[in-house]
Order: sequence, then structure tokens, then C-alpha cells
Amino acid sequence: MMNSVADAMVRHQQTDLAASLDQAKGLFNDLSFAYVRDWKGQNPSRRVIGFLPIYIPREIIHAHGMLPVGLFGAGDRIPVVKGDAYFQSYICHLPRTVIEMALNGNLDAFDGFIFPAICDVIRNLSGIFQLKFNAKLIRYLDFPQNFDPEVGGVFYRTALRQLSEDLARLNGVAGDVAALNHSISLYNENRRLVKDLSDFRAASPHKVSAVEYYLILRAGQTLTIEDHNAFVRRVMPQLAERDALPEDKIRVVVSGSFCEQPPLGLIRTIENAGCYIVEDDFQLGLQWMGDPIPDDTADPLAALVDAYLTKSTYSSAVYDGDHPKEEQLVAQVRERRADGVIFCAPSFCDPALLDRPLLEKAMDRSHIRHISFQYHENLGQFHVVKEQAGTFADMIKLWD
Amino acid sequence: MGLTMDVQKENSMIKQKQMLSDHFMALSQVKETGKKVAYTFVPGNLTELITAFDMLPVYPEINSLQSGMRKKSGDFIREAEDVGYPEDVCSYVKCDIGMMLQGNIGPTDQLLPSPDILLLSYTGCFVFMKWFENLRRLYPHAEIAMLHIPYQADGRVDPAAVKYIKDQLTKDVIPKFEKVAGKRLSDTVLAECLSRSAVAEDLLMNVFESARHKPSPIDAYFGGVYYIGPIFTSFRGSPACVGYYEELWKEVQYRIAHKLGPITPDGAITEEKYRLVVEGPPNWTNFRDFWKLFYDHGAVFVGSTYTRVGGLYDYGFRHSPDDPLGSLAEYCLGCYTNRNLPQRIELIEKFITDCDADGLVINSIKSCNSFSAGQLAMMRDIEERRGIPVGFIETDLVDPRYYSYSNIKNRLDSFFQMLEQRKELQPRARVIA
Repeated sequence: MMNSVADAMVRHQQTDLAASLDQAKGLFNDLSFAYVRDWKGQNPSRRVIGFLPIYIPREIIHAHGMLPVGLFGAGDRIPVVKGDAYFQSYICHLPRTVIEMALNGNLDAFDGFIFPAICDVIRNLSGIFQLKFNAKLIRYLDFPQNFDPEVGGVFYRTALRQLSEDLARLNGVAGDVAALNHSISLYNENRRLVKDLSDFRAASPHKVSAVEYYLILRAGQTLTIEDHNAFVRRVMPQLAERDALPEDKIRVVVSGSFCEQPPLGLIRTIENAGCYIVEDDFQLGLQWMGDPIPDDTADPLAALVDAYLTKSTYSSAVYDGDHPKEEQLVAQVRERRADGVIFCAPSFCDPALLDRPLLEKAMDRSHIRHISFQYHENLGQFHVVKEQAGTFADMIKLWD
Repeated sequence: MGLTMDVQKENSMIKQKQMLSDHFMALSQVKETGKKVAYTFVPGNLTELITAFDMLPVYPEINSLQSGMRKKSGDFIREAEDVGYPEDVCSYVKCDIGMMLQGNIGPTDQLLPSPDILLLSYTGCFVFMKWFENLRRLYPHAEIAMLHIPYQADGRVDPAAVKYIKDQLTKDVIPKFEKVAGKRLSDTVLAECLSRSAVAEDLLMNVFESARHKPSPIDAYFGGVYYIGPIFTSFRGSPACVGYYEELWKEVQYRIAHKLGPITPDGAITEEKYRLVVEGPPNWTNFRDFWKLFYDHGAVFVGSTYTRVGGLYDYGFRHSPDDPLGSLAEYCLGCYTNRNLPQRIELIEKFITDCDADGLVINSIKSCNSFSAGQLAMMRDIEERRGIPVGFIETDLVDPRYYSYSNIKNRLDSFFQMLEQRKELQPRARVIA
């Protein structure tokens, strides 16, 4: 089935919207990563690198002729049997399904894994992979929290160079300046397309549901960048042509769910409860850079470093320095003309949950209405969320 | 236990108590003395640097653990939860913020001064970053200095990481301290502090390595948390710190010479029945009950990873006046939870081998993902490779709601039964003479 999905992605440009969305959903549901295995099977030198949320510079992997694939857990789609033997009950859920997939062989086609420095759990998950899967490339990518180019920039450049050397050893592809510039240009295009889609959603949320929007973006965590660019280019006009009328819903920003992903049912519930989601941070890594990265320089690694230091979005995993995250969220709410904020974070997520009191206070100061709740990736009951979100929507509709 | 030993034991404890009392007194008098105050964290702390600026350090997580031991943490945690901190997050953070919201009265019932500078150094724990982002909003007039310590993911000290830390110190941290202190850093004073640190570190290692003796003269966990007090908090690099460890080492030597075991709150252990290694922090809210669960069985801890959380000296690292900033950088990088899981396992195995341990206990802490995430994998690995029994229990740092005496006791009773059965197969008498 998945081979036909891959074929469809690449070859058939005239599929209708329903088919496009089915393809995205097929990729989402396929925990055997058939698309990835198919891609890898087409050329013996191809390698697949899994990465954990939130952000990694996928351009470097691509420049080495490899496929970066986002590992965002398995949600409610697999029973966790072995994974629960690795993580205590008070640790977030995402690492359980990641380890479950790894132990069950779902990730056998992967040649390496990159763990970005976002929290203590992901950090230690890299150690578990070192213990259990040491025949593969296991790399931890430490992002600088110092944003001085001469300090954090120098450190990050070394880290990226080391990563590049590690990747080169996997398949012998050096990843030269031209290749990296080309990769940056493809990812720039992707960021532009994702931004266009995000703007479209914010302008016409009745034409693309939150779940559909999520799945279109989620396809980008698996597909090659070339395929995802083609996919978004194809689906955008299909969405624009959709014949749908706006409903009486409030506009909300959903904040806090940057790593462990909410189940689709939860996203759908928020929307069905009377909220149009006009901005979210479910897959923040795809929009990590706010502006294009120069793609025609003699030193593309420096361009990537500079982009990280100067163009990154805000996140609970990054020290906010002189740019308080509260102000950035308020600006986002204003820009998207949102009526309120739903703070929606995974249980036991220290980074997101320790940001919450700060952000809630800032919303109060700015007279922006907000509610908050927690979830885990395999949450199956949504009626409490429905009641909360519905009440929130009704309150705003009644009183604003 | 003879009278002489009681007195000797008390000497180091009295000394430490006096040091703490003096420190908190100095903190309460900063308005009069004009001394500046730096809030910072224990793991990979830069006490020598703070001291070199003649500032007074405050360690919020130490205040939290002290609140836990004094049964005040539950109230503070509820206070923080009332203003929006979720139940799930680190109880140290909530306890500290709750204490601050209730007037910032510290462990000695004296008012703690507000920080002049927040030194955000977060070796081995991302929560520290979030903690100080929160404190920064609560203390808007404080300067904040970020010292990012990369993780030892590859199991070695990466020269690029050392350079990164030194660059941060030179270009960001020290200038901010100079601004707050109103004076330049004295290289001489810093070097003197680092020399004294190395002396104290040698003495501390003598103490910890004494656990190789049978019987062990120390309990490397419950006693160990007292032993690390001065060196991991406000005193490393001071003459008083060296004096404390000289006194402590004398006491330990006495116990070795007389084949005495460690002292517990209920008196000395007279029979060392089990020699254990432990991974993870202790529970602070029920510290004595928790300890009793072990010494009632004649169990003595001969190795503890928690006592390396502020810095690890087992492989030879010592602070050095010859390369002050490089030495500080290596210190930060080497802290226990900044090491990858294979390194952590290696250290535990070293304890087991060096001290001839009978078993391993993992105290998994709900509040601390830095320690806890990965412990089950470590347990499996060690069990498979060493064939040693492992007891796995769960508590929390300072949230009393997560301490279940009966659950822990049940698990430990099973663990001790397992140890006993092994002992019957391999008898090894350790009756103290």
C-alpha cells in the first residue's frame, strides 16, 4: 500500500484533494515506514537518519544524500508493551513509543538517530539508544544557548561540522558547498510553502481543518524535501478551491505541544468544540527559521549557524535571553487576530509546563483569554477537553 | 560506639553547622555589609568565582531540600501550584518559588536576600534553565548570566565544549559579575580558591574511598549527603572548607583503625550485613525514615552516584590554579548527570567492584528526569552484565505526596530477601569486631 503512496506522491500531480489528504494520512499511520524503505531501496548508497523533535538542520543530512525522518512517537496507534519497561509512569509518553518502535523493528531501516538538546528526557533517551542500538549512528546535537556568534556560534559550527563528518562516514558522500547550498534552497522553499499554508489557514480556517493542516505538515517529517514541496504545492490550490462556508467559531492559538504530539482526536475535539486553530506549535521544527537562509554563499555551514542564532523561533527548549517568550506569544496572537490561547502541553513536560505560569500571566496582562489542559500522546477520552474548549469558545462568543 | 567517637563525629558536624549558620547570618546582613548575592545551582557550580568576587552564593535547590527536611515543602509546593505551577513539574522549583512567595524565609528562619545576579549554569538539568527564567521574572532587577554546559554525549570531555565554556565565562559571565560586583576579577584570589578546592577534593576522595574497607567506616549515601555539603555549596575554595574535610578525614581514619561502622540517627551500625551502591538522590521529606529502612537491615551504602552530582573527582579531576577557567569548565562538564548513560553505568560498576558491593538500589525520583529517565535501562544493563540484584524504588525530592512508606518498604523487604538468599549461597560474615 505504501509503495503506491510513494508512487502517487512522486508521479501523479493531478490527484484530487481527498486523495492528497489520504496520502498524508497514510504516511502518518504507517509505522512500518514503507515510504522510507522504498526510498532507501532505490539506491544502495542511501541512508536514513531519524531525528527527535523539535528542530535539527535537516539541510546537512540532505546534503549528504540522506533522508531525515522525524520521529514523533506513535501516539495511540500501537500498544506500549516494551516501552513501559523503560520509562517510569511519571515520564512523558513519547519516549515509550519511540523505544517501542525501535525494539519492535519499525526503525530497522534507519541508519542513525539524532537527538536534539531539548530536555532531560530526550537527552537520556539518546543514552538508551547508545546502550541498545550502538551499531547505528547515535548523535546528540547540543544547540548553543549562548547566541553570540563568537561564542555560541563557534561552538555550534563545530557541532555541525562534527555531525557532517559523522554522516560522511556513513555513505562516503562528503556534502560539499554546492550540495549544502542546494539543500538549503530546497528547505527554504519548504519553509516558504509551509508559511504560505499557515497564512492560508489563518485567513481561511474553514477551508482547511486543523487535522488536515496537521497531516499535510506531518507528511513533511517523512517525505523527501522534494516530494513534500511538490505535495504542498499541489494541495494548496486544491484547498483554496474548496467550497466551504465559515462557521461561528472563535480563533485560537494553541501553545505548548512542541515535542510529544497530541492525538488527532484531541486536535479535532478542539475544533469541533467551536475553535478555529489559527496558529499552533505542534511541529515547530518545520517553521524554526523565520526567514530564508542564504543559499548561495561560499560558507553554507556559516549560514546555517547564523540562521540558528538570529532567525530561530521561540520555544520552551531555548533560553529566551533578551526576547521574553511572553511578548512573542502576545505578538503571535495579535498577528493571527486570535481571540484566545489554548495552552495544551503533554503531561510531565517540564519545559512546556514551567513556561505556562509565565505565559498565562502575560496573557492576563494583555487581556488575552486563555485556558489550559494537559494530554499524553495516547489519550483516548476527549470529553473533558471538549467541555473546556466549548465553554471557552462560548464565553468568548458571549462576552466579546 | 564509644564516647570518643561520638565526640569526634560531632566535631565535623558541629563545624559544618557553624559554617552554615555563619553563611546564613551573612546573607541576612547584606543590607548592612553591602555584599552582593548570587543565586546559582549546585551541579557544576562556580563557587570559587563567586567567592573571588566576594559575593555570597545562594543555592535554591539546597533551600528546597532543607525545606523538605524541615517538613515545610508541602506547604510551599501548594503555594506554587495555587499560582499555576502544574503538579507534574519539578518539586524543587515549586518549593523554592512557594518559599519566595511566602516571604523568602530561608532554612534558618532568616530572611534570604534577593539576588543581585542569577547565575544560570545548568549542568545536567534543563529544568534549571526554566527555573531561572521564572526567577528572572520574579526578580526583575537581578542581572542574569547564562552559562550553558554542553552534555558529555560521547562520553568524553570535548575540547570544543571546554572552549565554549571558557568563552562564555570570559565574554559574558565574568563581565556581568564584574558589573554587579563593581570590581575586576582577581586572578590571584581565584587561583588561591582553586588551590584550596583541590586540597578539599583530595580529602573528600579519601573519605569516599574509605568505603572499600570492611566494615565501611562511612555510609556513602545518607552520611555522604552531609559530607558533600560544604564542597558542593557555598564553601569550596575557602579555608573553612579545607578545615572541615581535615576534621572529617580524621574521624573516618579513627573509625577505620577501630573497625567501626558508620553512625546512624539511632546509633552506630554494629553489623554490616549488606554493602550496597545507590543511584539517584535521596528523599528529603522523610529522610530519617528512609535511612532507617536500610540500616534496620544492616545495609550500608558504600557507593553513591548522588554524591557526585555537584562534581566528580573519582577519575582524578581536581580544580587547578594553573588553568582556572579550563579547570572550571572541565568541572562543570564532568558532573554526574552531565555524563551519558554508559558513563553513569561505568561509575556504578566501579563502585560495585571497588567496594565489593552486594547489590544496587535505584531510587527513582519523580521530580528529576535528569536522573530518572533512563534508570530502568541502566538497571537492565547492570543486571545483565553483573548479575547483581537491583532494588528499584520510587520517591520524590521534596513533594511529600509522593513518598509512600509501605510501598517502599514492601519493595525493599523483597530486595533484602533476595540479598539474603544470595548470601546464604555465598556466606560472607561481616560482623564488626
